[in-house]
Amino acid sequence: MNSGQLLLVSILLSSFIPGIIIFCLPEEKHRLRTLLNFCGSIVKISLVLVMNAGIYYGHVFEIRLPLIPGVELLLSGDPLSALFTTLSSVLWLLTTVYAVGYLEDSPNRSHFFGYFSLCVTVTIGIALAGNLVTFLLFYEMLTLATYPLVIHRGTEKSLRAGRNYLMYAFSGGAVFLVAVVWLQAIVGPMDFSASGFSPMYLTSHGSVLTFIFILLIIGVGVKAALVPLHGWLPQAMVAPAPVSALLHAVAVVKAGAFGIVRIVLDVYGAHNLLLMGVLPLLSAVAAFTIIYGSVLALQQDDLKRRLAYSTISQVSYIALGMSMVDQQLAVIGGLVHLVHQGLMKITLFFCAGNLAETLGIHRISEMRGVARRMPLTMAAFSIAALGMIGIPPTVGFVSKWYLGLGSLAGGNWWLLVVLVVSSLLNAWYFLPILIYAWFDKQQGPWPEELYVGRFETRLMLLVPPLVTAFIVMAAGLVANAQISPLAWVRFIVRGYTL
Amino acid sequence: MFPSDTAVWIVFPVILPLVAGLLCFLFKRGTFGIALAAAIGNFFVVCFLIYQMLVYGPMRCYIGGWHPPLGISLRIDGPALLMLLMTAATGLAVTLYARGYFLFRISDPLRARRHKRQQYYFWPLWMLLLTGLNGLFLSADIFNLYVTLELIAVSAAPLAALSGKPASLRASYRYLLISLIGSLTYLLGVVFLYRSCGVLDLALLQNLAGDGLGISTALVLLTVGLMLKTALVPLHFWLPPAHANALAPVSVILSALVVKASFYLLFRFWFEIFAPIISPSSLNFMGTLGALAIFWGAIQAMRQQRLKLMVAYSTVSQLGYLFVAFPLSMFVDGGQVWSIVVFIALTHACAKSAMFMVAGNVYLHLGHDRIKSLKGVRSSQPITVFAYGIAGVSLMGLPPSGAFIAKWMLLSASFASLQYWWAVVIAGGSLLAMIYVFRVMSHFFVIPEGESSKKNVSLSPLLEWPPLILALISLFLGLISPWVLKIVLYKDSGLLAQIFQGGLP
Amino acid sequence: MITTMLYSLTGLILFGMGFYTLIIHSHPLRKILAVNVMATGVFLILVATAYIPVGQGDIDPVPHAMVLTGIVVSVSVTALALIFACKVQENSNLDLLRKRNHRKPMKERGL
Repeated sequence: MNSGQLLLVSILLSSFIPGIIIFCLPEEKHRLRTLLNFCGSIVKISLVLVMNAGIYYGHVFEIRLPLIPGVELLLSGDPLSALFTTLSSVLWLLTTVYAVGYLEDSPNRSHFFGYFSLCVTVTIGIALAGNLVTFLLFYEMLTLATYPLVIHRGTEKSLRAGRNYLMYAFSGGAVFLVAVVWLQAIVGPMDFSASGFSPMYLTSHGSVLTFIFILLIIGVGVKAALVPLHGWLPQAMVAPAPVSALLHAVAVVKAGAFGIVRIVLDVYGAHNLLLMGVLPLLSAVAAFTIIYGSVLALQQDDLKRRLAYSTISQVSYIALGMSMVDQQLAVIGGLVHLVHQGLMKITLFFCAGNLAETLGIHRISEMRGVARRMPLTMAAFSIAALGMIGIPPTVGFVSKWYLGLGSLAGGNWWLLVVLVVSSLLNAWYFLPILIYAWFDKQQGPWPEELYVGRFETRLMLLVPPLVTAFIVMAAGLVANAQISPLAWVRFIVRGYTL
Repeated sequence: MFPSDTAVWIVFPVILPLVAGLLCFLFKRGTFGIALAAAIGNFFVVCFLIYQMLVYGPMRCYIGGWHPPLGISLRIDGPALLMLLMTAATGLAVTLYARGYFLFRISDPLRARRHKRQQYYFWPLWMLLLTGLNGLFLSADIFNLYVTLELIAVSAAPLAALSGKPASLRASYRYLLISLIGSLTYLLGVVFLYRSCGVLDLALLQNLAGDGLGISTALVLLTVGLMLKTALVPLHFWLPPAHANALAPVSVILSALVVKASFYLLFRFWFEIFAPIISPSSLNFMGTLGALAIFWGAIQAMRQQRLKLMVAYSTVSQLGYLFVAFPLSMFVDGGQVWSIVVFIALTHACAKSAMFMVAGNVYLHLGHDRIKSLKGVRSSQPITVFAYGIAGVSLMGLPPSGAFIAKWMLLSASFASLQYWWAVVIAGGSLLAMIYVFRVMSHFFVIPEGESSKKNVSLSPLLEWPPLILALISLFLGLISPWVLKIVLYKDSGLLAQIFQGGLP
Repeated sequence: MITTMLYSLTGLILFGMGFYTLIIHSHPLRKILAVNVMATGVFLILVATAYIPVGQGDIDPVPHAMVLTGIVVSVSVTALALIFACKVQENSNLDLLRKRNHRKPMKERGL
């Protein structure tokens, strides 16, 4: 095994091994558990940065494991996987800090953190997958790793939510499996490559390939919460806040979106899709999801549910960007939104968790005047909310700008309209929250005063959202610099002829 | 003792458990030690045989020095050795688990006494059953197969009745009678085959089958007899009561091993001896029965109120997958058909054993196995619940389990041949499996009201670790598929058939 | 040739009769005897297979060996089945000797 392969395997193991050890630890060893988690994250981030540097300079990372003729597992590092891997690792570190603070007196923490680590391992596996089979493998394992997290509280509601989640996820997985095998039966075993499969298959099997594309999108669309496959997401909000943060920003929903990106760019290829003419369908579904998610978000009073519907809406920006695959600007916008939406959404969920843990606030109507009590949390929330709306200089503005330019360049006026309308809707459901928090007077006592201390809440709960909010601002300000996510996305897109 | 390159080692998987079984009857104490020694010895001998086969190729052992067509011979080739390995590994796990099961202290004195008596009879019967199973996989002539089938039936029926409950007595009595019908039908088929071909040896029979009423009748009789023993829908009615009402270790043995033995025979007959006269419509017929089994078993499993009955119906459903491989075999290259069957069989053996072991643990701990009342198991037996989850997931065919590899090959074949309905059947079966597996899972996680989360109930490690290890094996079986494929492809070269063309000298 | 045919046919008829009785009749002794009759039918066919008219060669010994083995198996299986029937009759709430509906009435079950 050469050093590149060793690097890939170590990236996976850096969260797998702590996870296994944590499962075996007795419940009381908090400090050891926290130590393991942190060491694992630091190691992982360093390894990922090394890998990114290698990819930038053209080094090839690949490790194969053949199973049966025609099926082999392939982990490979290419620029796209580097993007998702970095996002996952950094956000994992922050979520771990947050989770340690959040779950401070809960039972069953060994199991929680064990599954947490497994979840991240599997997400990195999805990021590093080099062909559809490996992607499928880690995709299904992701469902398994996240199920115990969703039902962690053991209440009737969480069990029902978990059952729902499984139904949706495994059905999607079954459809995905059928589509993957079918595709391979037609075009033969194929790794992810920048140009997709050879166009000659389109002439002989055009309609079948279109149908397979739809099946593939359905398969990943369940996790990516495309309407009408989104039903599991709002119910899954019953899980603890760190889980929601992880699920929405990092793992599950992003994995689905990443799947759409891979299928469009690396499996089918831009050229083939344009010939097949199936992209308008994807645009339509994405646009519908964006509007539908925003409209439903308006009607929610529960804060986490409003954020859930907002996620449904925002992740479809990525799908929208992918559907305009002939426009480089749109693809850049969609890809970079992968990172930006993750940062903003995780901030929002961290803040929502803070409000719930410190003051017992779950509903927006209870949030009047809360900024006086928790100014830092609400500052972070506001920055992220402004980013969601798309106000410069937050990163949200950057992605929307590129998407807008891309739709203009492609002549898709109606998509531009969709973007504008959805920004307005975002404003409509985020601004009232900000107004309530900052400019209203507190009405009556808080639901529960769970924490009174020097800072507005526990430090471990306060620091992560501040960090991510800072990144939201910073990455937007330096978007044109060398080290921003945008620069890396430009580097990715350079590898494709669009 | 014996030089390592003689074929005499082939006899050991039969002799070891036989001697152990007889010794267990004679000695009341130390039965576990004898049985464990035999199980471990069996496992090592099988590993050694695999190594031998990889070095020397498929081998035969002529008992008493008599060559076919007169003598009985034992032979090892790829598929047989993989089935032997499955039996040896699962057998070892069951031996350990049964020890833990019988050691469990039951407070109720009546049940405790019964527990003791069960233990006394379990070990010799299990060893004899193991003899029969190994003999079946090793036999190379069709009449010896009848003898081993009867040996299996005669050991399995009392094992199923061991719990002494009226329900299990009834179920195992019925099981015995059904087994007898199956064996006798099989024997009649053997008779017809002998009348038409004049030889009993499997290798000699290969490709000797021509057209003719005798051969077709033989095929039908053999198929019906073995279908009855494998519990293929619609002849499956005896399986759920027998497997569910038996003791947990016995259910493991029955579901994981005994039904596989008769299926293995059926598959061998269809694709080696009767290969020239198999028509696509007959293959499609078997496939349709398999599809019916998948759906019927899954639907019944979803409706059950008791955990063990659910797992038993799940067996009926999973066996259907094995039969769906029949019609798709036409579109898969030669050795691959065997690998599909072997993957499903191996995964199912490990996963189903784990599930029945989990059901046994739950039953020991709670005193019942009603699904609706399974609260709080998750906090008291976390390892058991984890094993259940992993086993359920392997049964569903999630990657990288062996069932996933098999499903992949089946799906590829059905797409390559444009027979899309099989793909629907296979995918639908996985979804239904998910429903019935995870229905129980959510009951495990319910926290009983008013009770704080219990600490771990100290179940002996012998009860907790075998299911977990078997479940993990079944989940990661797909990762060793290159080796499995390599072993499966070792087959008898047919040289023997060429020498003895025409039957009796 | 005719001899073989006749004996084989008889064997088949015996097999069928045994099968029918096994399915239809409920008395345990009847069932067990039916199994024996089925086995005997098979053995008859086997013996008929071995028949070679006088002077046309040696008798085929293999079917005879099969029949002997079969008889041994049949005897042991019969013994097991008989014990089973006794146990079911004693210990469960089935009364196998009743013509229909094996369940024992409540007073016989000791309730």
